[in-house]
Amino acid sequence: MTFYDELRRYDGFDFASFFASVTDADIARIINKERLSREDFLALLSPRAASHLEAMARRASELTVRHFGKAVLLFTPLYLANHCTNQCVYCGFNTKNALERRKLTLEEVEAEAVEIAKSGLKHILILTGDDRKQTPVSYIAECSKVLKKHFTSIAVEVYALTQDEYAELAAVGVDGMTMFQEVYNEEIYAELHPKGPKRVYRNRLEAPERAAAAGIRQITTGTLLGLNDWRTEAFFTGVHTDYLQHAYPDVEVAISPPRMRPHLGGFPPKVIVSDADMVQYILAFRLFMPRGGVTLSTRENAKLRDNLLGLGVTKMSAGVCTQVGGRASGQEDPGQFEISDERSVAEMAEMLYSRGYQPVFKDWQYL
Amino acid sequence: MNLRINGKSTTLPHPQTLEAYLASRNLDPAVVVIELNESIVPKDKWAQTLLAEGDSLEIVSFVGGG
Amino acid sequence: MSDKLIIGGVTLPSRLFLGSGKYSSNTLIPAIVEASGAGVITVAVRRVDPEAGQENILTHIPKTCILMPNTSGARNAAEAVRIARLARAAGCGDWIKIEVISDNRYLLPDNQETIEATRILAAEGFTVLPYMSPDLMAAKRMAEAGAAAIMPLGAPIGTNRGFRTKELVRIMIEELELPVIVDAGIGRPSEACECMEMGAAAVLVNTAVASASDPVAMGRAFGQAVAAGRAAFLAGPGAVQESAKASSPLTGFLHE
Repeated sequence: MTFYDELRRYDGFDFASFFASVTDADIARIINKERLSREDFLALLSPRAASHLEAMARRASELTVRHFGKAVLLFTPLYLANHCTNQCVYCGFNTKNALERRKLTLEEVEAEAVEIAKSGLKHILILTGDDRKQTPVSYIAECSKVLKKHFTSIAVEVYALTQDEYAELAAVGVDGMTMFQEVYNEEIYAELHPKGPKRVYRNRLEAPERAAAAGIRQITTGTLLGLNDWRTEAFFTGVHTDYLQHAYPDVEVAISPPRMRPHLGGFPPKVIVSDADMVQYILAFRLFMPRGGVTLSTRENAKLRDNLLGLGVTKMSAGVCTQVGGRASGQEDPGQFEISDERSVAEMAEMLYSRGYQPVFKDWQYL
Repeated sequence: MNLRINGKSTTLPHPQTLEAYLASRNLDPAVVVIELNESIVPKDKWAQTLLAEGDSLEIVSFVGGG
Repeated sequence: MSDKLIIGGVTLPSRLFLGSGKYSSNTLIPAIVEASGAGVITVAVRRVDPEAGQENILTHIPKTCILMPNTSGARNAAEAVRIARLARAAGCGDWIKIEVISDNRYLLPDNQETIEATRILAAEGFTVLPYMSPDLMAAKRMAEAGAAAIMPLGAPIGTNRGFRTKELVRIMIEELELPVIVDAGIGRPSEACECMEMGAAAVLVNTAVASASDPVAMGRAFGQAVAAGRAAFLAGPGAVQESAKASSPLTGFLHE
């Protein structure tokens, strides 16, 4: 039994009828419940719940402070390579896009690490495209060894690996992984991923549990908002997290709710997800999973990110660059997507302090 | 003939079967379970099971309990 | 709507389990079973005194009840297994409540030995209900070992102190897929009702009924309390409303 089987249980579920049946009284009752069921979570994602955002926000804020304190972990992504073999229609690294493909040498990784470490960050997220020839697991492991000298936590956001490969990375000090399913709807998934290894829906869907089984401790999942109806996609992301937490109680689970951003290739979002929609998603998730992490990327603008503080967000990126390398090497190639919050780590820390939050640079040390 | 019955040393005057022993004590066979040398003896074997020197016998039944 | 508790493939008539110990007379048992509606009754296994003859408690237990022998007296897994096998040889079914107590001062169950006994007896085809100290991880291991339900204590056995372990049992109810039955320590019907409201599958009581001035009436009260608590759980209690706080809205930015 894997998450694929779990997901199949919702085949044929009539979301429209369920949403239509949700009442204001249901929402009021659910907001104050001690522990929410999956059905409660779905009710909070309903159009009806959209008129209860303030009440949800109060509860979410209280739960977030209770479980995480007034603290936000800061991290930054480092793109190791942009080689890719997929044609995901919404991504700047699509093989059809003409851009200079490159990967960092280990010396360049070291230089980037030194540059990033100057900001004080201790958590780093490393990314590659999906190209097992150009960026095999052994390359990711070698880069991780270099980074381990500068950072206490290394998370990977790379193609779907086998359990043994996750174990190989865990052995060199990788403790986190992020895997966006992009879209949980299997038909739409097939349509948006016409070519390349990422086409295999199930292989990607089950990657987080393979990572958990291999000893990766922090797992972030998510859907790319804009590819399909966001309410059902948000629901399945939450169910995925709930499944992982139940099957692997020792794992720290989190979601990230990225919205589509302008990127090379120009595929427009199929669905527009408003600020209020995204807020509803974050709040519903916080009420459903009081201890689950919520990561907010620089795809969102500074003002929105500041306003979302305390409503459930626990991790934010800072000093972001979506080009390969980009800090030490000064590359000017187009990145994976355009960022909209260009603040440095120091500026983010300043903002957090000014709002009564503590920026956290390091929250663990593997011994 | 010396044996242990429910943890106590007991002397029986002559060799006898389990069935005969229970009858001599007025113990209702429907109610008790017997373990001879740490193996349960099924009820249908009681008539053929001969007690021997040095045997250890446990006779138990259900009582009130929570 | 049907709301049946099924354990070991058996559909039970009630969510109250009754212990058969400590009554002033075993002849009270049929009336208590009848008044309370209990469908499962526990018994213990003890050595017979060959000099004294014995009363047969089974003659007082209605045939409609499931008999659940316990392994009280066992101090480790091996002793519990031995008692369970003896109990089954009596021919009254294969339900067994595992109770392993290696602490005579507080009579707290030994979870580690209980897990081991569960593993052995479940493999032998028993319907195993382990009595345990409420610990989620130990309960998960009992579930993996083949338990049919999990029976955490509400308070130390026989104390009538009530539902003291509620925070831990609440988590077990949330996290376990098996029925969670609160066993031991429940002293009053209101406490049994609280267990059921929280989502417990059933409650087992003995001392509270046996030590009442009128055990039959108390048995009836427990039966009603358990049914009421279950009904409340199924009804989905309304929220306790927190008073509104007049401070600046958290989502005001969405309307700017």
